[in-house]
Amino acid sequence: MQELEKYSLDDTYIRPFDRDKQEIAIETKDVHVFYGDSEAIHGVSLPFERYKITALIGSSGSGKSTYLRSLNRMNDNIESARVTGKIMYRNIDINSDAVDVYEMRKHIGMVFQRPNPFAKSIYDNIAFALRRFGLKDKKKLDEIVETSLKQAALWDQVKDDLNQSGMSLSGGQAQRLCIARAIAMKPDILLLDEPASALDPISTSAVEDTLLALKDKYTIIIVTHNMQQAARISDYTAFFYSGAALEYDETRKIFTRPKIKATNDYVSGHFG
Amino acid sequence: MNPKIADKVATTVLYIISGIIIIILASLLGYILFQGVPHISWHFLTSPAQSFEAGGGIGVQLFNSFYLLVLAMLISTPISLGAGIYLSEYAKKNWLTDAIRTSIEILSSLPSVVVGLFGFLIFVLQFKFGFSILSGALALTVFNLPLLTRNVEDSLRGVSDEQREAGLALGLSRWETVLHVVIPEALPGIITGMILGAGRVFGEAAALIYTAGQSAPALDFTNWNPANIASPLNPFRPAETLAVHIWKINSEGIQPDAVAVSAGASAVLVIAVLIFNLSARYFGNRLFKKMTAA
Repeated sequence: MQELEKYSLDDTYIRPFDRDKQEIAIETKDVHVFYGDSEAIHGVSLPFERYKITALIGSSGSGKSTYLRSLNRMNDNIESARVTGKIMYRNIDINSDAVDVYEMRKHIGMVFQRPNPFAKSIYDNIAFALRRFGLKDKKKLDEIVETSLKQAALWDQVKDDLNQSGMSLSGGQAQRLCIARAIAMKPDILLLDEPASALDPISTSAVEDTLLALKDKYTIIIVTHNMQQAARISDYTAFFYSGAALEYDETRKIFTRPKIKATNDYVSGHFG
Repeated sequence: MNPKIADKVATTVLYIISGIIIIILASLLGYILFQGVPHISWHFLTSPAQSFEAGGGIGVQLFNSFYLLVLAMLISTPISLGAGIYLSEYAKKNWLTDAIRTSIEILSSLPSVVVGLFGFLIFVLQFKFGFSILSGALALTVFNLPLLTRNVEDSLRGVSDEQREAGLALGLSRWETVLHVVIPEALPGIITGMILGAGRVFGEAAALIYTAGQSAPALDFTNWNPANIASPLNPFRPAETLAVHIWKINSEGIQPDAVAVSAGASAVLVIAVLIFNLSARYFGNRLFKKMTAA
């Protein structure tokens, strides 16, 4: 094991976007995240293109999950956490106090690292939130449950057991149920926080296939530990190091010709 | 000593200790049931008590115990739910919530006779409720509330944060997430705790002697108007419960069959508490299975 190198946080490359041709779904401007007095994210500014998959990679503790969780303000729930900077979504700064966080999260959905289905039936896992938001029409609900499960590639396996508890599913199936639950809300943007890290290879590839199939309807931002996964499914990749985004470019460039030394060392396996 | 022998010795010692506990419990239960069950009959369970003659039953006391239990749970369940939800889901970590938690802990270790005297001074005298079911139910609430609150809080905390995040990430508000995601998942634990609490309340005597009183006036079981003094539902009538009855018979009973009545009543009490405990396990497990399994 070689000595851990220190990399400069000022040495960065952020890819420019041609905003006339490439539609930006969500963009952060100088986002800082603090836990108490310590700063976990040091001013990250990244645009995310619509209907693309963007991967956030980096070693443990690089801040990629913390950054992702600030995009739909899940860090609000952590008492000591504070997020500054702008997060622009449809020309609104969703990081401002005036924004209805709950309404915003209907547009920006999230899937977590560990599958977390509710202790409800498979059907209710998906239908329950929709009912809370006023959709009572049984036929319409049935339809949404079916299309969401189909989109998440789970329908064929569970269509006869919709009354079973969501907790009885295997890890991979449970995670796809969580994806189905998130897309049933018809969000614009889907955030995924290492969705496959707790899954076996077969389930992982099922989840990856699901994400690729979802790409034409959703903007997907995915945090992953697994560089092969990022290379397989993403269009863009951002490399995080020590709370900063050091390099952001098309995925194939990141993995073949990175411009920053830290990125090169990470993707070629020198650390992480 | 080699590890294998050490392990054997430790296991044996632990077995012996557990064995002693089981033997104590079994002999206690066996003794009470063996002494008491022969006296239990339909007549014994339904007829009113006699003060001077033999042949008295425990009908009124049994009814009083259940009625008090229901009233006490009606008062304490919503309060403990509210307090438990607040402490687990909303309370920030600061000196105030620390103070609340400490107070709850202290309250829960208060001797029940102290709770009884407190109830006597406050509910019976100050509020002029007299020796009544209402005073008793309020005293039992004070007695039971800390443990129930603790139980609710612990059950809710047992639900993983990932469940809360799942609800919030769908755009549900915090309250909706608590109500529809967290509470349903904590329900088996909450219900188990409530039934166990009910069992504890059912067997409580000291807190009731000075609040619900030690007399059980004859009741008219055809009159269900709560405002009528002879009605079983009247919350302002004195109401000796089963546990208090046992205590009273043993301390000042002059019935010729006092020993038998006491033994029978004790057996009924123990059986009721056993039923509470076993059903708590049964319902808790069943609910949990229903929610998590196929």
